[in-house]
Amino acid sequence: MSVPKGSWVEIEAVLLKPEERAPNLPPDTAKVPYLLKVSGFLTEDSELGQTTAVRTLIGHEYRGLLKIVNPSYAHSFGATVPELLGIGRRGKA
Amino acid sequence: MTRDNSYAAVLGRKNEIMKRALGIDFDDFIQSPIAFDYERMMRETGYSHEDIVRIQTDSKVGNTPLFELKNLTEAVRKVSAPGMGATILVKDEAANASGSFKARRASISAFEAQKKGFAGLIAATSGNYGAAVASQAAMRGLQCIILQEVFDSRDICQPEIVEKSRACEAYGAEVLRLSVGPELFYMALRTLEETGFFNASLYTPFGIRGVETLGVEVAEQVRARFGKDPDAVVITHAGGGNVTGTARGLLLAGCAQTRIVACSVDLGGLHMASDTDFNKKSFTTGHTGFGVPFATWPDRVDVPRNAARSLRYMDEYQLVTQGEVFYVTELLTKLEGLERGPAGNTSLTAAVTLARQMDRDQIVVVQETEYTGAGKHHNRQLSFARENGIEIRVGDPSGNVPGKTLVLPERLDQVRGKVQDMDRLRLSYLKNAAKAHPVDQWNENDYAFVAADIKSEEAWVKLAVSNLENK
Repeated sequence: MSVPKGSWVEIEAVLLKPEERAPNLPPDTAKVPYLLKVSGFLTEDSELGQTTAVRTLIGHEYRGLLKIVNPSYAHSFGATVPELLGIGRRGKA
Repeated sequence: MTRDNSYAAVLGRKNEIMKRALGIDFDDFIQSPIAFDYERMMRETGYSHEDIVRIQTDSKVGNTPLFELKNLTEAVRKVSAPGMGATILVKDEAANASGSFKARRASISAFEAQKKGFAGLIAATSGNYGAAVASQAAMRGLQCIILQEVFDSRDICQPEIVEKSRACEAYGAEVLRLSVGPELFYMALRTLEETGFFNASLYTPFGIRGVETLGVEVAEQVRARFGKDPDAVVITHAGGGNVTGTARGLLLAGCAQTRIVACSVDLGGLHMASDTDFNKKSFTTGHTGFGVPFATWPDRVDVPRNAARSLRYMDEYQLVTQGEVFYVTELLTKLEGLERGPAGNTSLTAAVTLARQMDRDQIVVVQETEYTGAGKHHNRQLSFARENGIEIRVGDPSGNVPGKTLVLPERLDQVRGKVQDMDRLRLSYLKNAAKAHPVDQWNENDYAFVAADIKSEEAWVKLAVSNLENK
């Protein structure tokens, strides 16, 4: 998919490969790469999944793989946890 | 010019990067590998208390309300022995710009950065501090970069930190979202070096002096309303700045008899740098994963000497379980009509325990709240825990096992907390100090520094280190 220059996107970059990471990490962390994700405006027409560059809200440039077009925040209050509903109800100790 | 950006090379340039990014020459205060002139360093920020109040008033920080929690106090009295159950007050720090006490910490750094002519600010933090720095930068027209540890190798993000990413971006900051690992510090150094921005570290004298106003306000508000000093102030403890700044403010206001009670969420058994443990936590700060190591060795941070030195000030250290904090957060909402974020209610949970052990005519102050919202809510943290395989049930909170079982108390009298052995913490500090500087090289100044740094006597320190040496 071709994404036009100027689109608000998220890129991902490997900052450190597993063998380049800090010493003394727990084994589960040591075996995976250290990753960066950052959102910004595409500096050129690009293909999803290809290496590209973005300019952030304050104008810095970062390079990485184009992962998401128009990244959004979808965090929520989550599925209701019924165990909370009994706490502090009036008429109940 | 291409810089060597390998992990070792960047860490090797740490001191020069820090010096340029703060404008503080720590060498001026350092006396030995462990001792330094702490009080002089705090004094020489260049700001008087009045300056700090003025800067904060100008930047939408401070003068937050102090509320009496009458219904919660009444509920606590019902489960207390006759004559017991102190009045619980809460300082609604969610009323600061950016929604937490961290605005106090960020305000002086932002002022200093602007005064020194820096184009922007950088902070590496997954907590409320990011939004605080971003908000202060926004109102001063400064650029801002926040680095956060957000997602694990399955690409699962902790919902509370996602909300903080959103808040920082909302304030116009560039947010660098990173995977799990202590290399957050490495990336912060790289970013400081590449941008030449100001290091809005959590641990500078600017940050800590900014929190002193919180302690002073607590003293003044309690006196104005009750005609006496607070008997105890409960403070959520992670990196040590909240305890240090608040306690210094209380002392500045003359509250010499007020008990300083630190409090953290018990996350014992979970590894803070572990990719798999990352999303098994229901608290991202205010927990023992920071609280204990920072109390027992403050100088493990992004500045050469840490201005946040919690053992210097704390009289007591309480641990609470995740389930207890979620329970008390729900109670605060239902009984007091105050919906606030769970992490800020850590100290409220310890205050409930404490109030039961105090007389009715005494006063215990909870010195913060934080904003709440999507992601940053106890229901979301519990549903997220359930999605990640954590068992959630109602029962006795002693059944809490961090990363496995989260138990919500059935009744208020089950909120008990757990008091930590202060001397054990002090001994742990001494062991760390001995690692940094062999005891046979300590001089009288080192002993005096260490004794003050752990709120103890030199004689106790000498006996304790000689016992350590003999082991």
